[in-house]
Amino acid sequence: MWRTRRLRLARNILEIENLSVEVSGKRILNDVNLQIPNGEVHVLFGPNGSGKSSLIMAILGFPAFKIVSGRIFFNGVDITNLPINERVKLGINVAFQNPPAIRGVRLGDILNHLTPDKEKINELLMKLKFPPEFLERDINLGFSGGEIKKSEVLQVLAHNGSFIILDEPDSGVDVVNLRILGGVIKDALKGRSALIITHLGVILQYVNAHMAHVLINGTIACSDSPAKILGQILNEGYAWCEKCLQSRMQRCEL
Amino acid sequence: MSTIKDAALRAIKKPAELGPDLDISQYSRNPKNWEPCLLSSLPKDVLERALEVGVTSNEENRAATFFQIDHSVIFRAVQDLFENKVEIMSAKEALEKYDWLRDYWWKIVRVDADKYTALAELAWDQGYFIRILEDQHVTMPLQACLFISTDNLNQNVHNIIVAEPGSEAQIITGCTIHPGVQRGLHVGITEFYIKENAKLTFTMIHNWAQNFDSRPRSGAIIEDNATFISNYMSLKPVKSVQMYPVAYCKGVNSRARFNTIVYGSGNSYIDIGSKIVLQNEGSRGEIISRAIATDKAQICARGFLQGEHGGTRAHLECRGLLLSDEAMIYAVPELVSKSSGTELSHEAAIGKISEEQVQYLMARGFSKSEAESLIVRGFMDVGIFGLPKDLEMKIQKMLDITAERIL
Repeated sequence: MWRTRRLRLARNILEIENLSVEVSGKRILNDVNLQIPNGEVHVLFGPNGSGKSSLIMAILGFPAFKIVSGRIFFNGVDITNLPINERVKLGINVAFQNPPAIRGVRLGDILNHLTPDKEKINELLMKLKFPPEFLERDINLGFSGGEIKKSEVLQVLAHNGSFIILDEPDSGVDVVNLRILGGVIKDALKGRSALIITHLGVILQYVNAHMAHVLINGTIACSDSPAKILGQILNEGYAWCEKCLQSRMQRCEL
Repeated sequence: MSTIKDAALRAIKKPAELGPDLDISQYSRNPKNWEPCLLSSLPKDVLERALEVGVTSNEENRAATFFQIDHSVIFRAVQDLFENKVEIMSAKEALEKYDWLRDYWWKIVRVDADKYTALAELAWDQGYFIRILEDQHVTMPLQACLFISTDNLNQNVHNIIVAEPGSEAQIITGCTIHPGVQRGLHVGITEFYIKENAKLTFTMIHNWAQNFDSRPRSGAIIEDNATFISNYMSLKPVKSVQMYPVAYCKGVNSRARFNTIVYGSGNSYIDIGSKIVLQNEGSRGEIISRAIATDKAQICARGFLQGEHGGTRAHLECRGLLLSDEAMIYAVPELVSKSSGTELSHEAAIGKISEEQVQYLMARGFSKSEAESLIVRGFMDVGIFGLPKDLEMKIQKMLDITAERIL
């Protein structure tokens, strides 16, 4: 906790203040506080259903994720009530875990909107070992798990935003493609800030993260060095975090 | 002939099975007089309208052209490069020239099917005859335009298309009206004969007006190893259009495919379907339809597959997008199996623009309205037509303009 407080003093690219979010009247994020300083890469751990993806949707401004209290700042600008595309224009780019397929809308159509630089797209395609034929394919329609990850990362990097959010870039990807994706993400993170959601931390073999947070029941339970937290989770599971959260809450009540 | 005429006389009051029943006496039979002329000398507004339905006055880009205004054929020609490969002429001319054409006349579409087929016999106003000669692969599309320049006119055309064995061609038919025309009735009979090993892609584009009625009646016979692809697109409002073209896959390994893109707006009543009957070993059929309804438009999207022989397979895919609470889409997929060796399937889905899709595109920087128009445009993706690239791009441009207008 003390460490988080210290980071508040730095210039943050993302700052989430006391954020509570509801979906269909059900509370899914509770008083979340999170700061990501400029140039840092943070990791978000948490068991299934703890609210990790919801946090991303709230950061992006998806209307179903209703902010009942709290604020979100991006580079010091209050974005709490901005439409999704305005947030994207400011530099937030998300690689989604389960993006929808859209018939008749081609990956190439979206990329052309994200950047006029065809060279850059070709270069990214090469780096990702992603066949150019995919540009003519309907977005996400019939894409395999690995193809979706590549397509998402490609779109995110085509835009050149200053802040990248990756929702489980390492799940459902085979070893060979993981290595490719890991390498591309590592390169892309140079000089950028990021928030990466991961279950098992596999992506951390490729990416140096500065800080990790654990989300439990819609609340940040703890924040510490990624290696330390990952070690605890792998050894003891999330039960340890839950206990930690409970004891902290009890302390607060006292 | 008298038996055909008799049958027509008996059917002249017979309402169609589907669609609003029209009083055919309310339409005029007095057309404007048009003299034959070069396309380039036609009035600008006629040419602009023709271009909107894919018919260009730049004949260099077409293997052959047929142009009819009201009841007059004003132009028909085969480009030099394609002489002795294709024939194009008015149906009347063709019937005089070829005795055998009688064997193709009213042989797929029944003259006594309803009052509109009867009308096309009893008050017949030309139409075209197109023949692709044996083994000729025609690299450029052929085009035909059926144009109405007189308000409240009734135009009844009868077209015959013969793809001789081993031939391959693309035909674009545009049916449209002068900007000054509000009302009228177009009846179009089209009979397709796709012989062994031939392949024909037929693309029909309709542009009518809010008080205009249209009753096309089409049928195709597809012989051994032949392929028939029929594309239909209608983007402008219409008072009513009802059609249910049928393809008989008569030959071994015959193939039929219907692709339909319909955008219904205003008070349009649109009842459009496609039927495929599988009659021989290896026959395949596919029906793909996309319907978008907005304002108060009513769209019936029908599809009918019938398997009559083993070793056959067909699929029907019908998708609807409803953009207004006052509009309606009625999807009617039907499968009839008369042989245990036939595999028929269908999927039908109607919905509104998906929020999830809109938000995903917004997360890629598109505004809400940009995202919606991209989705609608994608829904009407002309890629399903399988057209040559240049033609596909032209038609896609028309669709894009419509998609922009919608939102």
